Amino acid sequence: MNPLKSARARPGETCTVSFDGRPLPALPGQTVAAALWAAGVTAWRSTRGTGEPRGVFCGIGVCFDCLVTVNGRPNQRACLVPVRPGDVIRTQEGTGHGDD
Amino acid sequence: MTEPPRLTVVGAGPAGLAGALAAAARGVRVTLVDAAEQAGGQFYRQPAPALGARRPQALHHQWRTWERLRDALARHRAAGRITHLTDHHVWCLERESDAGPVTVHALRGPAQEVGVTVRADAVLLATGGYERVLPFPGWTLPGVVTAGGAQAMLKGGLVLPGRTVVVAGTGPLLLPVATGLAAAGARVAALVESADPAALLRRAPALAAQPGKLAEGAGYAARLLRHGVRTLARHTVVAAHGTGRLEAVTVAALDRDGRLRPGSARRIPCDTLAVGHGMLPHTDLAETLGCTLSGTAVRVDAEQRTDVPGVWAAGEATGVGGAALALAEGHIAGRSAAARLHGTTPDPGRWAAADRARTRLREFATALDDVYAPPAGWADRVPDGTVVCRCEEVTAGQVRDAAGTLGAGDLRTVKLLTRAGMGWCQGRMCGPAVAGLAGCPLTAGRRPFARPVPLGVLAALPEKE
Amino acid sequence: MTKRLTCDVVVVGAGMVGAACAWYAVRAGLDVRLVDRGPVSGGTTGAGEGNLLVSDKEPGPELELALLSARLWAELAREHGAAIEYEPKGGLVVASTAPALDALRDFAAGQRDAGVTAVPVDGGRLAELEPRLAPGMAGGVHYPQDAQVMPALAAAHLARASGAALHPGQAVTGVLRTADGTVYGVRTDRGEIHAPAVVNAAGTWGGDLAALAGVRLPVLPRRGFVLVTEPLPRMVRHKVYAADYVADVASDSAALRSSPVVEGTAAGPVLIGATRERVGFDRSLSLDAVRALAAGAVGLFPFLERVRALRTYAGFRPYLPDHLPAIGPDPRAPGLFHACGHEGAGIGLAPGTGRLIAQALTGKAPELDLTPFRPERFDTDGGDAR
Repeated sequence: MNPLKSARARPGETCTVSFDGRPLPALPGQTVAAALWAAGVTAWRSTRGTGEPRGVFCGIGVCFDCLVTVNGRPNQRACLVPVRPGDVIRTQEGTGHGDD
Repeated sequence: MTEPPRLTVVGAGPAGLAGALAAAARGVRVTLVDAAEQAGGQFYRQPAPALGARRPQALHHQWRTWERLRDALARHRAAGRITHLTDHHVWCLERESDAGPVTVHALRGPAQEVGVTVRADAVLLATGGYERVLPFPGWTLPGVVTAGGAQAMLKGGLVLPGRTVVVAGTGPLLLPVATGLAAAGARVAALVESADPAALLRRAPALAAQPGKLAEGAGYAARLLRHGVRTLARHTVVAAHGTGRLEAVTVAALDRDGRLRPGSARRIPCDTLAVGHGMLPHTDLAETLGCTLSGTAVRVDAEQRTDVPGVWAAGEATGVGGAALALAEGHIAGRSAAARLHGTTPDPGRWAAADRARTRLREFATALDDVYAPPAGWADRVPDGTVVCRCEEVTAGQVRDAAGTLGAGDLRTVKLLTRAGMGWCQGRMCGPAVAGLAGCPLTAGRRPFARPVPLGVLAALPEKE
Repeated sequence: MTKRLTCDVVVVGAGMVGAACAWYAVRAGLDVRLVDRGPVSGGTTGAGEGNLLVSDKEPGPELELALLSARLWAELAREHGAAIEYEPKGGLVVASTAPALDALRDFAAGQRDAGVTAVPVDGGRLAELEPRLAPGMAGGVHYPQDAQVMPALAAAHLARASGAALHPGQAVTGVLRTADGTVYGVRTDRGEIHAPAVVNAAGTWGGDLAALAGVRLPVLPRRGFVLVTEPLPRMVRHKVYAADYVADVASDSAALRSSPVVEGTAAGPVLIGATRERVGFDRSLSLDAVRALAAGAVGLFPFLERVRALRTYAGFRPYLPDHLPAIGPDPRAPGLFHACGHEGAGIGLAPGTGRLIAQALTGKAPELDLTPFRPERFDTDGGDAR
């Protein structure tokens, strides 16, 4: 059993996004975070203090732990932003503004 | 012909929906403003339509109530009585005078970069709540998520965080999360609850009036059994382990005073920990409007009115109590607002059933609060080196130092001296932990911006003459 | 239960100025108690940006105090610099038009005569100092002596390191005076503290403390909003502001005045400051003030348009009618010393104020002439009634 099966989902056609340069499949309607989870990715940010990896925590847009760079725009909440075909998703380092 | 009065409802969860429907049915033009793409809030969070879920109820509870709300919303929208603004993230409410219109400032779209304003004669705040999580070593590892977060990702995105899950913490949310994850195919290695749910049975008066809740509880118990989930009551997660991501947790038993039982620690391999310690209300918008808070919740009267004229509040924002209570409160708020906006005094007798439900469910919520309190001594168990403020990476030791020798006696001063609570989430995540570590009361923070706002949006606000 | 304590000096107010008074008084050999009804840094200090500025001051007593304080801050920073986030980053004042630049350069020439380092910068070279500044500015003046601290940390660390006994959460409810009017301590909600000297470092609430001692000091609040952005790498290097800021600081207007003051911080966020309005102690959000700040900041640094503000907060500057602080002994109440009313410059002027107070407490000749700061200068009828 998996969630798609238990909800008897018939999702639209799988699209492709890239994460840190490698292609990943994504389902239309999923958030960036959901697509990354489905691909087995759980971390896509490193903190600006100690460089620790982070990913989803609250899942509802409150905690800002899942910040990620999408198509060059930093600090997008992966748990809120839907994937679009061809999205270029990158692990966000620090502030996301080209830290030294 | 005079224009009908206008009510803005902020939040399309159970409270907001009930309020919007009640007001729209009584001649009020309602604008329902919500951050999500579909109505439902957290409790009735829906999968994205593109996922084509034909049986989303497999992941939900009380589906029939949802269908009733959903269909009524569709009818009112079709009739032009409710305008539903989806993907609108409200950052501030403004009232120019006590009798003047309320302006809602929101950001549109998932990237939240475009500013919009909505004006109305009155507003109902149904802003819901968010999860409280208390820190422990390893809680920042990827793979550790909030219990509600795991559920939200499952309901909305039809994904699981991993294969083997431990559900832990305290509170009534843990049961549906554990059964939901198990039903969706996760292996739930353990449900770790720090309280003793049997204590609820000792709260006989509050429980006797809740036959539905008893049945609900029995239902969860049966499902846990069916999925082979072992429940460890009076246990707590002591630490999460892993390099770069979660690999295992250590759990231990608690004695009656909330202390760890020596020798009881055991390690449970898992790739996901779904953890939560209850809920907190979203009160930022109300606080900035000047509404009086009571503790961490918005204070309301019997009609769900705040003490600011023209501002109603309902649901978790006025005190956490679950979806059924939110529906009752939202219904009362919507009827009261409709009557008041038409210039009449409402007759509470007309909503007597909702009033009875509200009384009963609030009693039940109080009983739940007492039973599912975080275990005594949790703060003492957080080592100095553990990060408490996830955004600014402030440790428990730094918080203790600020409160101890630097002379900080309240959340604001601890924040100023440590940066705990100054980051992206503005202290929503670390507030309860910082209060516990500093030994000061948890107070609702002052957050004039309920969410981050681009400076370009602020700069483009209309200038007052 | 009352317990009676004795010491040489009671400093009332554990903000930046009170902490500096305690620091220098202890170094002068005095036994000091620092009392505040709230926590440390709980008032205007906790709402400030931590500006240590000479650039915004015209030649005169405030500038002299600022220059003395700038030297003392540099000394304090040798010991505490990292803990208090001291940054000697310099200020850059920019003018968008040629006439504004002429006025700015005249102003700077006067400051140079008074000992300020003020270096004219041509419009074409502004980008070398601030690469992200909006293009097309007429020019500016660079002030290397301007610096910044994190004010709440500075007050808390200085208070702790001063060696004074800290009494946070203890409210002063009265000033004790003998029959002949001499001050001999304070009454608090937790007992009396006896001392031959009481220092009023109560900031915006300094007028209330003066009244408890039976003297008048017309300190009033002037509200200011500050915007705080998301954390950024160092994209704004100096404290940058437009030339009309100086006019706003000196203005007597009660209406909202705002000129953008933009600066990066060691912790990451950019601070955008400096609305000024006289509206009493009203803390409620003013979107008008916030709009003006944001518009001004984006005008100076266009990249900020897409940067997000995480929060905004208001503070209340303590101002006196002539925009100068009250520093020194109060002849109307022997034993009472004032160190308040610094308006928006209290963090910057704190060490100089503390040094002057310590000199007055120990009977030494003050390093600066205290005449312009006399607390009784607002008395017109000579009386001490409030």
